Amino acid sequence: MESGGFTDFLQFIFMGLQRGCIYALVAMGFNIIYSATGVINFAQGEFVVLGGLMMVTLTTGFGLSIVFAFLISTLFVTIIGILMERCTINPVKKPTVLRLIIITIAVSILLKGVAMIIWGKGSHYMRHFSGSDPFVIAGATILPQTLWIIGILGVIVVAFVVFFNLTMTGKSMRACAINRDAACLAGINDRNMVMLSFALSAGIGAVAGIIVTPIIQMDYARGALLGLKGFGVAVVGGLGNSLGAVIAGILVGVLEALSGGYISSHYMDAIALLILLLVLFVRPSGLFGSSEASRLKEF
Amino acid sequence: MMINLRRQKEVRAVKRVLWCGFVLMFVFFFSTATLYADSKAYHVGCIFAITGKASWLGEPQKNTVEMLAQKINESGGIDGKKLVLHIEDTQGDNTRAVNAVKKLIKKFNVCAILGPSRSGTSMAAIPVAQAANIPLISCASAEIMLQPIEERGWIFKLAQNDSDAVRKIYDHLVKRGLKKVGVITGTTGFGAAGRDFLIKMAPEYGMEIVADETYAPGDTDMTAQLVKIRNSGAQVIVNWSIVPAQSIIPQNMKQLKMEIPLYQSHGFANIKYAQAAGEAAEGLIFPAARIMAVDTLPKRHPQYALMAEYKSEYESTYKDNVSTFGGHAYDGIHLLSGALEKVGDDPAEIRNYIENARFVGTGGIFCFSPKDHCGLDKTAFELLTVKNGKFVVLEP
Repeated sequence: MESGGFTDFLQFIFMGLQRGCIYALVAMGFNIIYSATGVINFAQGEFVVLGGLMMVTLTTGFGLSIVFAFLISTLFVTIIGILMERCTINPVKKPTVLRLIIITIAVSILLKGVAMIIWGKGSHYMRHFSGSDPFVIAGATILPQTLWIIGILGVIVVAFVVFFNLTMTGKSMRACAINRDAACLAGINDRNMVMLSFALSAGIGAVAGIIVTPIIQMDYARGALLGLKGFGVAVVGGLGNSLGAVIAGILVGVLEALSGGYISSHYMDAIALLILLLVLFVRPSGLFGSSEASRLKEF
Repeated sequence: MMINLRRQKEVRAVKRVLWCGFVLMFVFFFSTATLYADSKAYHVGCIFAITGKASWLGEPQKNTVEMLAQKINESGGIDGKKLVLHIEDTQGDNTRAVNAVKKLIKKFNVCAILGPSRSGTSMAAIPVAQAANIPLISCASAEIMLQPIEERGWIFKLAQNDSDAVRKIYDHLVKRGLKKVGVITGTTGFGAAGRDFLIKMAPEYGMEIVADETYAPGDTDMTAQLVKIRNSGAQVIVNWSIVPAQSIIPQNMKQLKMEIPLYQSHGFANIKYAQAAGEAAEGLIFPAARIMAVDTLPKRHPQYALMAEYKSEYESTYKDNVSTFGGHAYDGIHLLSGALEKVGDDPAEIRNYIENARFVGTGGIFCFSPKDHCGLDKTAFELLTVKNGKFVVLEP
């Protein structure tokens, strides 16, 4: 196998893209709920875990086809997201930001416990969607699963742009995010929009879990680890800005891969985090966040 | 009216006092009951990480000791006395481990303690057991637990030494004439300890570490690290980790079409890791306790009969794969029941017995001495390989 300057560089970029897309998907989940409620949902990582575990059960346990299992797992976690909102967020009488955040932490512990009881403590794995024979591009190799990840992220981004800009519901959600009182006065049911935001972000979390499980395996305790990087990416991209999350995610992923490849893998995370810190020093509201909007938020 | 109210208050106060007294008596009765009820039984403490992040270690250990205790008691106990296990959960947490040891010693008067499961919790529990002069037999692997041996007179361990796994790998590399090693390790405690040993012991075996890379437990792709190793001219890769992420390395190597041999640590000894790596795992080599490949072990091997029995009993009772970690607990109960049978339940006698104990266990052939409180060396490991998705003993 030849290796040279450009081939190596391309290999690092592929690696960075794969990592970045996963970060971006998790970060988008954080953002949707944040825009609708101003709350960071700490159970986001658990959505990812549930999606992955459900997918494993349906494909290897029940032998369903990947497409079918994909849809059912996503639907399953979406329903859990809706239930979470209806049972724990919606009934709160005075929904202050701090109170809601603590509720999400409680739900994350609960979901983790339930996942442990249902799926046990070991890690679960499944096959790659379409084999693990790599494609060779200019000497560098890329796994089909990585292409799936990039492709699915692309589809989701397009679907989001369409949903938020061209549909009435999407526009209503944006209106709620910008100014909830004004949106209420215009006849939008803000509580329903909050529910929808939980449904959407649970769905996206599930998709993230489903596509990474063939690569990293999944166990009940993975949520915190997956959620943490995604949260960092969401902050750098500007909380509430989904496009920012995608760009920041890929940026962080590629930076990590390049620093791992050219400097040292011991400092891979450190270098990426250092750059994130610098970004936040220069632009405290994130790369694409608006500082005016963030001043209006409680958190 | 006033009088009536006052009387009601008095009655309430008397009731409260009565209640308190009742509760106190209740508590007293039960605590003394636990202290004196089973004085004709042997009390042994067990502390494992049954829940929490290290539960994959503690759960098989708890299952194993419960299974063994039941078996011993059903066949009449030890010298006619029942073996009573007091099992505590550390949740993998140091504070809980210390509290559990104190509780076992003070409240249950145990004569010896088996566990904890993790090296960290063991380090926390060791000073307590040492000060109380109660033998503590850890199921964790860190060699630092037994050093310095003068201050660890009451501490023993059953898990194989990490450094012996390194010796086993380097021995094999020397035999194959491979010298340039690319090391890649996980950034967990297990990975870091392995990395230290791999680097420190390389000169002894004439090895040259040409690359030294790491990855985090949550990483999804290690091609950057592997490209660096490839460019360093390494003849062999040693991947040392205990988390599922280690299964990505063989897959990434296959993706990069790297042909050099891959060695894993004994942290790979979980069949799920091999299944997750699929075809890419075929042919990789790792040192592990023989329990992981009982079926392919020659039947004349001294450990065979014992391990085959444990494996079939455990797997039929719990519908789960047998593991090295449960094996440590198995060895612990065997060691302790042997001690109880020979010398009774005096902690000092038990300590002296273990210091001179020799027995065949699942972890290897133990040979304790006052200087060596582990009793195992590199022969406790067998080099295994992956063949058709199963662990098999590597043909020499």
